[in-house]
Amino acid sequence: MALVLNSEAQLVRDSALEFFADKSPVLMLRKLRDSRDADGFSRPLWREMADLGWTGFLVPEAHGGSEFGMVGLGQVLEAAGRTLAATPLLSTALIAASAIDLAGNEAQKQKYFPGLVSGDSIFALALEEGAHHNPNRIATTAKRDGDGFVLDGAKRFVIDGHVANQLIVVARTSGGQNDRNGITLFMVPADAAGVAITRSAMIDSRNAARVTLAGVRVGADAVLGRIDGGADPLEAVLDRARAGLAAEMLGSSSEAFERTVQYLKDRKQFGVAIGSFQALKHRAAQMFCEVEVTRSAVTAALAALDENANDASLLASLAKAKASDTAYLTGNEGVQMHGGIGMTDEHEIGFFMKRARVAQAMFGDAAFHRDRYAALTGY
Amino acid sequence: MAALDIFRAETRVWLEANCPASMRTPMPTDEGSSGGLRAEYKNPETKLWLDRMSAKGWTTPTWPAEYGGGGLGKDEAMVLEEEMRAIGCRSPLSGMGISMLGPVLLEYGTEAQRVEHLPAIIKGEIRWCQGYSEPGAGSDLAGLQTRAVLQGDHYLVNGHKIWTSNAHLSDKIFCLVRTDPAAKKHEGISFLLIDMAWEGVRARPITLISGYSVFCETFLENVRVPAGNLVGENNKGWTIAKRLLEHERKGIGGIGAPGAPTADKPVYVIAKDAVGEVDGKIADPALRNQISVQLMNTHAFQLTRRRAAEASEAGQPPGPMSAMFKYYATELNKTRYEAVLAAGGDQMLGWEGDEYDPNHLRNTREWLRSKANTIEGGTSEVQLNIIAKRVLGLPD
Repeated sequence: MALVLNSEAQLVRDSALEFFADKSPVLMLRKLRDSRDADGFSRPLWREMADLGWTGFLVPEAHGGSEFGMVGLGQVLEAAGRTLAATPLLSTALIAASAIDLAGNEAQKQKYFPGLVSGDSIFALALEEGAHHNPNRIATTAKRDGDGFVLDGAKRFVIDGHVANQLIVVARTSGGQNDRNGITLFMVPADAAGVAITRSAMIDSRNAARVTLAGVRVGADAVLGRIDGGADPLEAVLDRARAGLAAEMLGSSSEAFERTVQYLKDRKQFGVAIGSFQALKHRAAQMFCEVEVTRSAVTAALAALDENANDASLLASLAKAKASDTAYLTGNEGVQMHGGIGMTDEHEIGFFMKRARVAQAMFGDAAFHRDRYAALTGY
Repeated sequence: MAALDIFRAETRVWLEANCPASMRTPMPTDEGSSGGLRAEYKNPETKLWLDRMSAKGWTTPTWPAEYGGGGLGKDEAMVLEEEMRAIGCRSPLSGMGISMLGPVLLEYGTEAQRVEHLPAIIKGEIRWCQGYSEPGAGSDLAGLQTRAVLQGDHYLVNGHKIWTSNAHLSDKIFCLVRTDPAAKKHEGISFLLIDMAWEGVRARPITLISGYSVFCETFLENVRVPAGNLVGENNKGWTIAKRLLEHERKGIGGIGAPGAPTADKPVYVIAKDAVGEVDGKIADPALRNQISVQLMNTHAFQLTRRRAAEASEAGQPPGPMSAMFKYYATELNKTRYEAVLAAGGDQMLGWEGDEYDPNHLRNTREWLRSKANTIEGGTSEVQLNIIAKRVLGLPD
């Protein structure tokens, strides 16, 4: 497992950093927010990302992708995190591409990959039902109805839910509410009868929605993977999502940290730069350490997922836990060290703290992943 | 077959034939080999292993062969390390001669000094200790007051050193001394090599909170040191001092790395034994979380060390992250022993006696020992200052 980028990944990284800095600075997110943009992201920019090949990084070559992998996609997500870019990269290029690739049959791959790679289709994973991430606690039901199924339930924290053409719904086909067995994945068109989607306005100004399913009829061909056997592919998809999100958070943390250090050099009080005060220096140095350590965990997780390594799940939990703790640290210290100006909406540092808080909770917070790390280790 | 593959094959055969059986087991803390005239070998195979390895120069694989070192390139040294790790070989020799003084003499020493000292370090014949800190010069090391006055062909040295590790077991000491009291404090310091057996040198062990006495006070009273024992230029010792500290921090930064002596069993096993388990989980969720925080931070830090090593192998310059190793490793080591104590409960509160498991007693003493990690070799606060200044560029 390589913890240093090879030249191809470095190229992707450099071009992604340039792309987001040029075309999607934090100001873009502010504009989307202030104009109450109906999509909450820029469709022309998404098309450019698809043209750069980023939507196909996890898609097999036979289906128009490049199979470039998680390390490559992680570089793009990290760059997107630096400017808090609102994009469907996570929901579509990472989660949906993985779910279809890992669980889908040939017909489904042929049906969904072209639109995914071209950027025409947006996908959203409808998973969460409670206030905390819990992929096994599924109450949404899918009951057999002739050849197909009828879905009923309510989903929340559905990333990109209101702009998606296709939902990947996690539903229960058998078993009790917390059983790992009995979970099945379904491809449900967002415009299917009985699907109601409401956008949720969250603190990070990014896209999420609540989805209710009331007597939604789907055919047998909507089942993604095995009936009752959805938990395993879902876990593999979630591990990729956790590592990818951790990469995005690493980018946001690095940016918030660097902006804060710059502010410590620029801001003068008592006639000197406040960065000369040891009380702030030490905390800045501690942030540096945490960002570096997080980078190692994130890189290791991305590489392990590409290699299908035995410890890929352990590393995904390590990466998400460290990225969450570090995002909390850099976000809160960022606001504190900026002082009064950090409390204003006009300054951008607050955007980083707000995004960090949402990303911390997404796909399991640090406590969730410490628990999972312990369980995987055997204690 | 490529040259490196041939080297690997030969090394494997040689290690298999020459590494004694007991030297392939984890090293108990009292069986380490630091060499020196006063060395005692509890396990005779420790000495045998040292002699066989030093005869090949493999106690210092990358040092030049002309002084008795292994003369290996970086790639070959890594192969040797990998092959040793593969069969669990103990390190044949450790100490400040290898880790600190040797590299400094190779960089700054005269040919005569190298010929005199390097072979003895490589063979483990001479044990060195470090005369840096003084009662009035800790974090402010450059404030040291030990005086050395040049009188013809020798220096007359007077002063009081402290935290001289294992001085009472060492044969020689490398010292920072003040040779120009009128100069600015960083510019009047020199680096001298002194024999502990010389008249006027006296070491007194200091009992620590752990009950161990690995540190000493060393008194220097009218010690006559030949002028030829000056390393580098007169009054230019601070450059050497800083260089040596880098080597020291690199060594301390290795604490808690794989291969370092650890608790006899994983901390979560200690916890399960002590508080029980429910569905395979440690029954106390707060303790379980504390252990996860500790193990996960350690895991992420080990990955960081590996990332730095890979960057260095790829020929990239040592990134700014190397500045954090000493700080992070030592803080982690303290939390590690705190987790061990929390896990063990009152079993870990024993000082001595038969009613306590010897492994637990050792862990408890190591818990106390670990408190020095963030003080010695530059305190955590000094390390954070260094990161703030050199890496982040924050103003003074």
